[in-house]
Amino acid sequence: MRIPLSWLREFAQVPADATAEDVMADLVRVGFEEEDVHRPTNELSGPIVVGQVLSLVKEPQSNGKTINWCQVRVVPEGQEQTLSGKGIDPSGVQGIICGAHNFVEGDKVVVTLPGAVLPGNFQISARKTYGHLSAGMIASVRELGIGDDHDGILVLSRIGLDPEVGTDAMELLGLYDQAAEINVTPDRGYAFSIRGVAREYAHATGTSFVDPASRVTAPASLHGGYGVKLNDDAPIYGKQGCDRFVARTVRGVDPSRPTPPWMAARLRLAGVRSISLPVDISNYVMLELGQPNHCYDLDKLTGDIVVRRAVAGEKITTLDDKERKLDAEDLLITDHSGAIGIAGVMGGAHTEVSDSTTNILVEAAHFDEVSIARSRRRHKLPSEASKRFERGVDWHIAGIAAQRVVDLLVELAGGTADENGTDVGTAPDAVTIELPAGYPSARIGIDFSEEQITTSLQDLGAVVEKGGPGYLVTAPSWRNDLETKDDLSEEIARLVGYDMIPATLPVAPPGRGLSRTQQQKRRVVQALADAGLTEVLSYPFVTKAANDTFGVAVEGQARPALKLANPISEEHGYLRTSILPGLIEVARRNHSRGFRDLALYEAGSVFLPGEKLGTGSIPPLGVKPTDEVLDELYDGVPHQPLHIGALLTGHDSPAAATHKPRAWDWADAIDVARIMADVLGVELVVSQGSHQAFHPGRAAQLALRNGDVVGYAGELHPKLLASHDMPARSVALEVNAEALFEAAADVIVAKHISGFPVATQDVALVVPEGVPADEVLAALREGAGELLEDVALFDVYVGPGIEDGKKSLAFGLRFRAEDRTLTADEASDARAAAVAVAAERFGAIQR
Amino acid sequence: MTDTLPGAASPNPLDEAAITAAVEDAVAAIAAASSLEELKAVRLAHTGEKSPLSLANREIGSLAKEHKAAAGKLMGSSRGRVNQALAARTQVLEAENDARILVEETVDVTAAPRRRRAGARHPLSTLQDRVSDIFVGMGWEIAEGPEVESEWFNFDALNFKPDHPAREMQDTFFVEPPEAHLVMRTHTSPVQVRSMLERDVPIYVLCPGKVFRTDELDATHTPVFHQFEGLAIDKNLSMADLRGTLEHFARQMFGDEASIRLRPNYFPFTEPSAELDIWHPGAKGGPRWIEWGGCGMVNSNVLRAAGIDPDIYSGFAFGMGIERTLMFRNEVGDMRDMIEGDVRFSEHFGMEI
Repeated sequence: MRIPLSWLREFAQVPADATAEDVMADLVRVGFEEEDVHRPTNELSGPIVVGQVLSLVKEPQSNGKTINWCQVRVVPEGQEQTLSGKGIDPSGVQGIICGAHNFVEGDKVVVTLPGAVLPGNFQISARKTYGHLSAGMIASVRELGIGDDHDGILVLSRIGLDPEVGTDAMELLGLYDQAAEINVTPDRGYAFSIRGVAREYAHATGTSFVDPASRVTAPASLHGGYGVKLNDDAPIYGKQGCDRFVARTVRGVDPSRPTPPWMAARLRLAGVRSISLPVDISNYVMLELGQPNHCYDLDKLTGDIVVRRAVAGEKITTLDDKERKLDAEDLLITDHSGAIGIAGVMGGAHTEVSDSTTNILVEAAHFDEVSIARSRRRHKLPSEASKRFERGVDWHIAGIAAQRVVDLLVELAGGTADENGTDVGTAPDAVTIELPAGYPSARIGIDFSEEQITTSLQDLGAVVEKGGPGYLVTAPSWRNDLETKDDLSEEIARLVGYDMIPATLPVAPPGRGLSRTQQQKRRVVQALADAGLTEVLSYPFVTKAANDTFGVAVEGQARPALKLANPISEEHGYLRTSILPGLIEVARRNHSRGFRDLALYEAGSVFLPGEKLGTGSIPPLGVKPTDEVLDELYDGVPHQPLHIGALLTGHDSPAAATHKPRAWDWADAIDVARIMADVLGVELVVSQGSHQAFHPGRAAQLALRNGDVVGYAGELHPKLLASHDMPARSVALEVNAEALFEAAADVIVAKHISGFPVATQDVALVVPEGVPADEVLAALREGAGELLEDVALFDVYVGPGIEDGKKSLAFGLRFRAEDRTLTADEASDARAAAVAVAAERFGAIQR
Repeated sequence: MTDTLPGAASPNPLDEAAITAAVEDAVAAIAAASSLEELKAVRLAHTGEKSPLSLANREIGSLAKEHKAAAGKLMGSSRGRVNQALAARTQVLEAENDARILVEETVDVTAAPRRRRAGARHPLSTLQDRVSDIFVGMGWEIAEGPEVESEWFNFDALNFKPDHPAREMQDTFFVEPPEAHLVMRTHTSPVQVRSMLERDVPIYVLCPGKVFRTDELDATHTPVFHQFEGLAIDKNLSMADLRGTLEHFARQMFGDEASIRLRPNYFPFTEPSAELDIWHPGAKGGPRWIEWGGCGMVNSNVLRAAGIDPDIYSGFAFGMGIERTLMFRNEVGDMRDMIEGDVRFSEHFGMEI
């Protein structure tokens, strides 16, 4: 909401030297955040004065144009020019070239003298042109930044002005005024008016306030006016779409009357374009009193006005000349011809006021917030009217606002008001709120006095009586947001000042610290950074193709994924089922910035919809749903496990003197997965895997001891790398971290540490090439029995001495007994037993 | 030097002068040896089998009985002197040798390569941990919830009326189909409701996490960002408790000089509501007030939605943006730096913020 200061001053005690910034600083204390300052003088500076065209000589030019060589008096006749400066003629008459032709000798115009600056940093100076020294400019409204019209210069008589020559034109046109723009929160509909903001300014500064409504004298009742019927047969939530409709008639309006400059200036500062006098008056009253209203061309109305819901298939062409198909829930203003307006949102084109309108029907009505909000959303028509109605408009102001429009049409447009008028509808019941005496103090923490409570509420316009548990408070008609004792407590605190709230530190009951899962997550995330990887956070928005590639192991199977109804980019309209697409994007961005050696990881949710998706309806607010309904809500929320993904590309370290970096390879990916499992104390079973995103021969499936697959690691598929413009041999892994967390043991049971000497034995086994080393190792472990402390693969050999299709695996075995020093024979026997199992299982032959 | 002295003959082991001369020859040669190799040659020449002293020693056997004791004594002390000199010289030369090797092994330590990459946490993630730790230290617990959420938890339970414009303050991502009433949570506040439903009162929880709004990415906006949200439900909590909690937290984050300011504002889920400004003493360009987040007393309708009786319990809640906090705490000028994953951004922070 933009507040022109001159307008605010009419109703509140704003110091004469206060700036828009000062006003905003005051308003922020009562809850209105500052947004912007609008000040024409930021772009415009004088001297800009009223001039009178003394003579005008038309001079045709060789280019076909005709220019006017004008002599313009800028100082009253008989007085001396007090301005001085280059290009300012001491005689008080300036010679000016003007290309416009919409004026004649004798017209009073706006002259921008040399030294003036116009919007767009347009500096005015005396300059030679068309064979004359043109010392200034006769300005158009567009050049002055006060309108769009560029057809000709501004002739002051046409906007109803006849000022003295030499008058400061900036003052005349309201260009010294400024506006404070504040943010109005959605609960405070009343503050979308000068009336509401002036009252708040008074609250903020402790000064007095004059209610603009009190300056209007409206008849106590109206009868015999234009026929209006309120006929809502489908109220929303049982509330009548229109519960008050005031209609007034003004006849004999002079369509040639211009909008007075003061009104145009205020509208402009308030951000509203000047259109025609009747429309400007309508907008002016809306801004001043907060009541949207509408002017119809009375002569285009046929029959009674009926306010009703639309019927299927009904259409209307709105003021913006768009034809709109109406919904049965839309509330309409209709006459005999059909829809003449979407109630509270936008009027119809057919009955709008035109430049030939002389008889006007003024509407000021009160509409249901929900009905207006829905129509506005449905038709995507966020108008000034709908903005106010959907937040709530003062029910009592309609008659006053209509009167104010009528008064201005009479005063400024030369119309005559009908004595009769229409006022139909039933006042809603005023709500009385019980406010227990100690409640505001208990809730806010300030020990409010009785006087602070009553005065604050009365300042708001509420009626406060003693009664009930403390006070009975009737909120003012413009505060539909005040419904509960908490609302009232806030208002008291707001007016007394939030700064008065003391600080006390409540003590929480003994806490349990981070949960086990939270600790596990931290440990893993930190461990990867400790291992040299860089954590990144990518967006979860991916393409369908990305999900179908990375989110599912088998090619050709579609990955069920969540789709956004309103994504930022249609292409990336799905929620990720894998962390890897995001990491690839981040890697590519880093590549493009010259970073080729990367080790990236991300811990984040993936979105895995099951069969049940959401709920068909949602329970109402303010009530705890039943357990069954809650279970439905819980069950409808898709599974979103924490996944951790990593992507390694390029080399493991920076190249340096005496250090040769190593290229990341598939084993690094598996190693990173092992780090995660290790820090959690989880055994990870690595086996040859198959996933379409990975190299078919270099992918590991990662599983828990119980067989549950928790992820994949290895080299990404060469084709996929090529198509994603990624370096060959890039490797990656992704693990369902939650599954790892769950697999971690609650309590780890200690192992006895034997102090007896170790006996080590090596063994080389020749096995068929396809036999996984890990399985041979498992066979050795099984066969060796309990004397085996550890076994590790230390060499894989294929080549001379080993027959084709076979490989030699060399293992180191460590034996130790709990209770004695092993003899060489014992160790050898254990080794033989180990080899026997490997031989039996894989046909392993000892070399 | 050679193994044997030129013209060496076997001196008489009873000839004290000759033996003494041989000893002095040996001692002089030992002292003159300048390396372990030279010393080895001297040792062979003066104590080897063919050295004068060894030869003289051998002569003792052929002496008359009555001379043997005197010769043995002379030879013993003489050879002892030589061995002593040898040992002392060996020690000196070995020490010199060791020192020389160490000098020769000198490297340029400034040329040491980095053999392993230094990893890094994302500062948003580190900051989230830091904030959580402060509250855990106060006895609060950390609560979490899903990022795709039922509309009821995100809006209705938080007292957003279905048709009220407040519901549109937060530009919401809706999940298809709209009839399923699923949204990407627009704030961490739904975790408040889940916490109240799942935990017993009194409740003191902090809910950090990712949130989503349909803003295009630019220097100050991002469709995906992080918040942390605090919720306390207990008997007799007031706005003073809210202020005290926030002040304590602000000082942990920004130092003892930090303080906070509350300004009236509106949120559907709190009443009264306030905007929270922080006095940031270390702000770039000088100390000043900075908008930090929103807060207020939990709206009675929110308590009711979670089955908590507002006549017995009251509560407060607050929420701040982690990106925003990082921006003014660590002088991050552009939102995109936090989003794009440029490794330079995280690596600059390392494990710290």
